[in-house]
Amino acid sequence: MFNYYFGLALRSLRRNPVLTLLMVVTIGVGIGASMTTLTVFRAMDADPMPHKSQQLYVPQIDNWGPSEHTMESVDKLEDQLSYIDVVALMRAHVAPHQVAAYATLFALTPANREMKPFKAEGRATFTDFFSMFEVPFQYGGPWGAAEDESHTPVVVINQELNKKLFGGANSVGRNINLDDHDYRIIGVMAAWNPMPRFYDLTNENFAKTAQVFLPFNVAIERQMDSWGNTNCTHRNDGGWQGLLESNCVWIQFWVELPTSMAAHRYRVWLNNYAAEQQHSGRFHWPARTRLRNLREWLTYEHVVSDETRILVLVSFSFLLVCILNAMGLMLAKFMGRAADIGVRRALGASRSAILAQCLIEAGVVGIAGGLLGVLLTVLGLWALRGVLSEQILELTHLDPAGVGIALLLATVATIIAGLYPTWRAAHVQPAWQLKAQ
Amino acid sequence: MLKMTHLSKVYRTEVVETYALRDFSIHVREGEFVAVTGPSGSGKTTFLTIAGLLEEFTGGAYQLDGVDVQGMNDDARSRLRNEKIGFIFQAFNLIPDLSVAENVEVPLRYRGFSAAERRRRIQQSLERVGLTARQRHYPAELSGGQQQRAAIARALAGTPRLLLADEPTGNLDTQMARGVLELLEELHRDGATIVMVTHDPELAIRAQREVHIVDGQVVDVATEPRLVSGMARVQNV
Repeated sequence: MFNYYFGLALRSLRRNPVLTLLMVVTIGVGIGASMTTLTVFRAMDADPMPHKSQQLYVPQIDNWGPSEHTMESVDKLEDQLSYIDVVALMRAHVAPHQVAAYATLFALTPANREMKPFKAEGRATFTDFFSMFEVPFQYGGPWGAAEDESHTPVVVINQELNKKLFGGANSVGRNINLDDHDYRIIGVMAAWNPMPRFYDLTNENFAKTAQVFLPFNVAIERQMDSWGNTNCTHRNDGGWQGLLESNCVWIQFWVELPTSMAAHRYRVWLNNYAAEQQHSGRFHWPARTRLRNLREWLTYEHVVSDETRILVLVSFSFLLVCILNAMGLMLAKFMGRAADIGVRRALGASRSAILAQCLIEAGVVGIAGGLLGVLLTVLGLWALRGVLSEQILELTHLDPAGVGIALLLATVATIIAGLYPTWRAAHVQPAWQLKAQ
Repeated sequence: MLKMTHLSKVYRTEVVETYALRDFSIHVREGEFVAVTGPSGSGKTTFLTIAGLLEEFTGGAYQLDGVDVQGMNDDARSRLRNEKIGFIFQAFNLIPDLSVAENVEVPLRYRGFSAAERRRRIQQSLERVGLTARQRHYPAELSGGQQQRAAIARALAGTPRLLLADEPTGNLDTQMARGVLELLEELHRDGATIVMVTHDPELAIRAQREVHIVDGQVVDVATEPRLVSGMARVQNV
């Protein structure tokens, strides 16, 4: 009977093209508006490591006390650690994999004298960064724990920089000059640009990944300034050494904990560490720590802004208004056919048969509205080019999943809109309709 | 075939109860052609819609082809209606955006017949009413008489046990009415059971039996078989 009802739906829709167009446009505009915002939301809210986001954690320690904070978060904990705490956590090595990192900036002097020196964004980190965040390599590989320990001046460069400096050839073993120091290239990353840039959300959430990665200890030894946020409770007048000994927070820290039990153990240990700091007199307040996994961290850092969430809510409210309008139009359409429905009932159609016929008609309107909605979403995303940043724009495209969501949403929305009119149509009293003829 | 015993139908509002049928009993045997007559508002159409399972009754009993219809759910009533009853309406009630053949096909679709069986029955029914050549036409392209013939073909297509006709010639001119009546008489001669509601005594007289209703009650039953065939009567319709 599906084919029969489908054919009837097409005839019915053709019979009143203006009303049909009105219903399709109503649904299409609602879907277009909601899918445009939803596409942006999905891009911003995407889990950059869905298979591992429950194993990657960020520890937070209250090393400023309850009266000092820069974070406008619920628990007022800073989102970075001080060098003192990073060193302590690294030495304790409670997590099987752990990594500290901070952003820095170099003056890069190319070996090719025809090229002018330029600034290159860097990241000082440990070897576990590459395995924990599953960084792919085009040539070579990451440095090892030995290079971390021995402060070996090696670097990993990204694909883009390798192309710029070496035309994309295998540059492993060659040197690059950063801030007047030579570094041996040990690996060239393949394309890797996780969005949001979850491992460092202290600057831009959707910034590109660094061009150069070097061992953390080398960066500290060579006193490379942080190119990210450095927050302190007091002015640091002690220069580089003063920074290292201060409670200023400027280093990101991640641990990999494979099980929830491991996470629990780490949480307990972290709190004990903070309690020890209190007992030793460094902290003058009760221990306060947090351990958040990647998904929780993205939420905590407001990767998706409240404005974006509100926009999604507003657009879905608009879709609801469109659905209510479509419901009114469908009610008018189905009730206009009450006589036909009465005849069909007289000829043996059950209420469920009328329900099926009307719902399939609503579904056809929904699919047509969904297709129009997809088109309007593409137009909507195009119109947002002037509003969104380049990085977010790169992420916001209507992929097949988005098209599927749009069509499904339109069909479900229209069927929901059609439920009441369909119910009314199915409960048409055939006797009354036939008497009225 | 159709047996109603002490049947009643009450329409209730908050302030008033209106009896459309009261203590209504009728028994139509297989192969009978019964005319149900009465003035406007007497309950003729209510009787017909209850007989056709389009409306539920308030009290009493109703058996259709030996099946007690009381308490049946909508699916069962719809199935029984589809299998046992063919409707012929005064206003024809063809679905305007379906062709003649597609209109005839409607009850067959709900019966679940195969495509081949549907085609066979459509052809057979349209041949019976002489509309084979018009099967692709739409109702608006047909005369009133042709539309009623198409409606009769639709009623016949499922080979129902009972034909219920509500003023079948009410919207037709004399000549077209004659054709439709002759068709009904022919169907009756071939064994169909027909119950025809009409307020026209001239039309009723062509039935085997006349049941007269006033204020929802049967007041007179003319039991004498009095089928009259011939053109002279039709001239007076």
